[in-house]
Amino acid sequence: MINTLLEENHMQENSILRAKYAAKNLDVYYADKQALFGINLDIMENQVTSLIGPSGCGKSTLLRCLNRMNDVIDICSVKGSIRLDGQDIYDDGIDVVELRARVGMVFQKPNPFPKSIYDNVAYGPKIHGMIDQKSDADEIVETSLKKAGLWQEVKDRLAAPGTGLSGGQQQRLCIARAIAVNPEVILMDEPCSALDPIATAIIEQLIDELKQKFTIVIVTHSMQQAARVSQKTAFFHLGSLVEFGDTDQIFTNPQNQQTQDYITGRYG
Amino acid sequence: MQEHIVSAFECELNSLKNKILKMGGMAESQLRMAIQALKTNDFELAKKTITADAELDKLELEIEELAILIIAKRQPMALDLRRVIVTIRISGDIERIGDLAKNLAKRVIAISGRAPQYLISGLDAMSDLAQQLLKDILNAYAHDNVQQALQVWRRDAELDRLYNSVFGELLIYMMVDKHNISFSTHLLFGAKNIERIGDHATNIAENIHYMVEGELISGERPKSDMTSISNYKFDENTDK
Ligand SMILES: Nc1ncnc2c1ncn2[C@@H]1O[C@H](COP(=O)(O)OP(=O)(O)OP(=O)(O)O)[C@@H](O)[C@H]1O
Ligand SMILES: [Mg+2]
Repeated sequence: MINTLLEENHMQENSILRAKYAAKNLDVYYADKQALFGINLDIMENQVTSLIGPSGCGKSTLLRCLNRMNDVIDICSVKGSIRLDGQDIYDDGIDVVELRARVGMVFQKPNPFPKSIYDNVAYGPKIHGMIDQKSDADEIVETSLKKAGLWQEVKDRLAAPGTGLSGGQQQRLCIARAIAVNPEVILMDEPCSALDPIATAIIEQLIDELKQKFTIVIVTHSMQQAARVSQKTAFFHLGSLVEFGDTDQIFTNPQNQQTQDYITGRYG
Repeated sequence: MQEHIVSAFECELNSLKNKILKMGGMAESQLRMAIQALKTNDFELAKKTITADAELDKLELEIEELAILIIAKRQPMALDLRRVIVTIRISGDIERIGDLAKNLAKRVIAISGRAPQYLISGLDAMSDLAQQLLKDILNAYAHDNVQQALQVWRRDAELDRLYNSVFGELLIYMMVDKHNISFSTHLLFGAKNIERIGDHATNIAENIHYMVEGELISGERPKSDMTSISNYKFDENTDK
């Protein structure tokens, strides 16, 4: 067990990292107010990238661009390009529904549907046509809940409403729901801000495991969380990307004074 | 640099710094007392130096506790994190400097005034320089002054050179008359104690550099202690 873990780590370190996303000269506006300024950022495959910065600096805005959730905001417009596996996701020919299946999202407040635990997980695969028969659904529900580390706790009450779970369990249910459609990327916007330290630790452990299969982008206000879970960290300030680099370096020896001030609690 | 939003954090970091400066000042005066005791063959002063060391140990513990508390409470990052970690290391170095001064003081009693002033003055010169290095390194620490830290780092070679010449003198004394061997050996160890104090000052210099710059000093430190085995140049052909 330990050996295979070591090997996996080793492989990860040795394998050449590939950019899953490449944002180029990305500008985002809400009506005529600009929220992001010329963002250039590569997000590496099978890594956790954290987005940090003071409130209103544009973290959620960037995250929402990555699966075009901004489309639902009328006044929001995007310039520049974001490539996912080399293809610009803002191209006209892109199927947004398919894009959102490839790029799942987990929100700050756990938001299960007012349905059973089972249906919460099976819903996505159903609408994406991934299920032909009941046994497919059963399998997807079980593996997704297992990957989200929730199976043991809920396997005897799959018909119970998802909203009846604890906050931490609900958040893991939302993660199970996100991974049920077999996405390539998972976006998380402050996924632990409503959770206690134990539930947070469980989610963090889960994020660490999930990065083997998925590329993860997480917005967090906890510097310690960013330091713990991510390999790359991007610091934003007033809509600009100030510093981007290896998490280890950003939190021990940031190169930019603004980054330093922010992560050491001097920003203000 | 801006102050922390949480001013209590700022206070705790300052208190850490002040404790280090206090420790450093005490170690410096211990060294001064030890060499004074040696020069004047003053047992009382030697004993006072030896007992004073307990105070340093106590301060080191206090610094460690405060540092641990800061890490637990504030979870410092970046420069702050390096500052706290480095403070723990520096307090360790200063504690060792105190031990070395104590060691020197113990030799006063062992030598019991049998050593000629001429030889003692060699140790006195070493001690003068060591005290200067200590003063400078504490000043560098107090002001995050990397340039001054680097100066100390380089100047340690002077102390090594002084040690080499004291070493040579003592060898001659020992060869000339076997009655000189006992006190010469004590003086030799005493000189080595002072030389080691310089090494700790350079450790502190390296830590200050890391604290401020976030990187280790690049390049080898100039070393001039020719008596050390590690500096002996082996003939490359001999082991064939
Ligand atoms: N739907 C919207 N309509 C208009 N302006 C918006 C909208 N969403 C965000 N903004 C503005 O865009 C800027 C960036 O907001 P965003 O939500 O991306 O920040 P954030 O970094 O996620 O902040 P927080 O840490 O508080 O969540 C802010 O000035 C915000 O007021
Ligand atoms: Mg946000």
